Amino acid sequence: MTAVKPSSAAANLRNAKRRTLSATGVFAVAILLLWILVALFGPFLAPHNEADIVSDANFMRPTAEYLLGTDYIGRDVFSRLIYGARTTLATGLIATLIAECLGICLGFFAAIRGGIVDSVMSRLNDALLSFPHIMMGLVVIAALGSSIPVLIATSGFVYASAVYRIARALAMELREKEFIEAARARGEGTWWVLSREILPNTTLPLLTDFALRLSFIILFMSSLGFLGLGVQPPTADWGSMVRENMEGLGSGSLAPIIPAAAIASITVALNLLVDELSMRTGRIYGRTRE
Amino acid sequence: MLNLIGRRALQGLLTLLVVSFLVFAGTELLPGDVAQAVLGQHATPESLQELRVQLGLDRPAPLRYLSWLAGVIHLDFGVSLASQVPVRTLVAERLGHTLILAGLSAAVAVPIAFVIGLGAATRPAGVFDRVSSIGALCVSALPEFFLGTLLVLIFAVNLRWLPAIAYVTEFRSFGQMVTSLAMPVATLAAVIVSQMARMIRATVVNVLSLPYVEMAVLKGVSYRRIILVHALRNAVGPIANVVALNLAYLVSGIVIVETVFVYPGLARLLVDAVSSRDFPVIQACVLIFCAVYIALMLLADIAAIIGNPRLRHQEMKK
Repeated sequence: MTAVKPSSAAANLRNAKRRTLSATGVFAVAILLLWILVALFGPFLAPHNEADIVSDANFMRPTAEYLLGTDYIGRDVFSRLIYGARTTLATGLIATLIAECLGICLGFFAAIRGGIVDSVMSRLNDALLSFPHIMMGLVVIAALGSSIPVLIATSGFVYASAVYRIARALAMELREKEFIEAARARGEGTWWVLSREILPNTTLPLLTDFALRLSFIILFMSSLGFLGLGVQPPTADWGSMVRENMEGLGSGSLAPIIPAAAIASITVALNLLVDELSMRTGRIYGRTRE
Repeated sequence: MLNLIGRRALQGLLTLLVVSFLVFAGTELLPGDVAQAVLGQHATPESLQELRVQLGLDRPAPLRYLSWLAGVIHLDFGVSLASQVPVRTLVAERLGHTLILAGLSAAVAVPIAFVIGLGAATRPAGVFDRVSSIGALCVSALPEFFLGTLLVLIFAVNLRWLPAIAYVTEFRSFGQMVTSLAMPVATLAAVIVSQMARMIRATVVNVLSLPYVEMAVLKGVSYRRIILVHALRNAVGPIANVVALNLAYLVSGIVIVETVFVYPGLARLLVDAVSSRDFPVIQACVLIFCAVYIALMLLADIAAIIGNPRLRHQEMKK
């Protein structure tokens, strides 16, 4: 991220006041909207069912009937891509919601309470952050098996610690502000201060974090799918689709590349959007991926 | 300074202990127990009991944790449930391959990231900066298996320059090593470069905005000299920090890359063990990966401490 220089403060203010998106931003939003529509209306758009074996020929090249060819057991890749959008986006969104809710609640709570509660919670969180996410995922899946609820809960929980950090930092910045002090002096309770004073003032940075977290979680879940530890067949999921069709790669089939490219389009669009939004908040987001 | 580093190292060791506990506790999450998971639903009570005794499951969990930990300290990770081979043998076979892959990726990625990061920082908002920023942003958002499969499709299937699979047990010649490792290394390096270059750029731009650099500019020092002598010296600490942080990414990146290229490394061993629920192997591999990760984080912090004069001379102030 760009380091914010004092000389560019005016530029930052201009960016913050801008209501329209740049060309890149529009492009990113268009891609995301397209996939959301595909996910919503998938069953009406897909020519075949996700589990239907439509052809005897596996790894068929794209034809007029099968727009993106067929997969390793002769299912229509185009239809599976459309159904996969549903699985991938829905699981990713739910997991991100869990991560954000958990992280924001705990982070705000720690910041408001301060003192020993805050130190204990933050230390525990540091310990969790020193566990590479994929390792934590692998341990949990080894123990509980990989069903969709386990995948969602694991991703949500694993990514909550990063949200906790950001939410806590945001609330800490606001904690000393006069309007919070005024609310406290009026005798408002902790819940009121959190929901009416702090939350509205952190909306944009938290929304930006949501988009970034969603891209990480989609990468995380599709990586597990690619390892064969994600959504189980015959449900179509983009990460699992890459894995299923890997053997076709040697003969030049596009079946493994297409779902991988679909994931890439979503994560790149989300990151372009985050880049755009973070210019407005003037906040630098931790971009290291795990 | 040593005091500070010592305290940080102790903290790292403590974290490792917490991680070892979590890894061990992970297997306790199992519905039923390990014996049930290994033998499946239709196991007879006798065979279950036999396996429980063999695995020591008849003893209480805290005791098992302690004896497991004592074993780990002596590099004894128990016996694989799937193959009945000592885990240490399995790990020893694979660890070297993974270290070669990770080491080469780091060796390729760090210099490239430096050149791009410094190049972009010399002219912020210039053409090179914009192109490299957007490029790095996009690459850093790509899944490793997309980059990997794309490389295979282009270089192995269409151009036929490289073998599709890095199936290596021993390298017979240098040329063979280069061709079989080129794509896995390129995939890992691409992701590291994209993240590291951005952070190096941010660090250097930050240093360049400091008053003493402005002073040097006003004095008439050449731009190259300002960057290489004045700025870089003060950026060494933060940059070393950035390098170590990004190398820690290798721990997760390598899991995917070894799977894409069917590379016989430690991460493959781990993923296979997760599929077959081979808990002693999982515990050993996860612990090794976490130890490397924690060590790199520790290194990053130490670099930050050494690079920052205020932290370096903390004791003297007291």
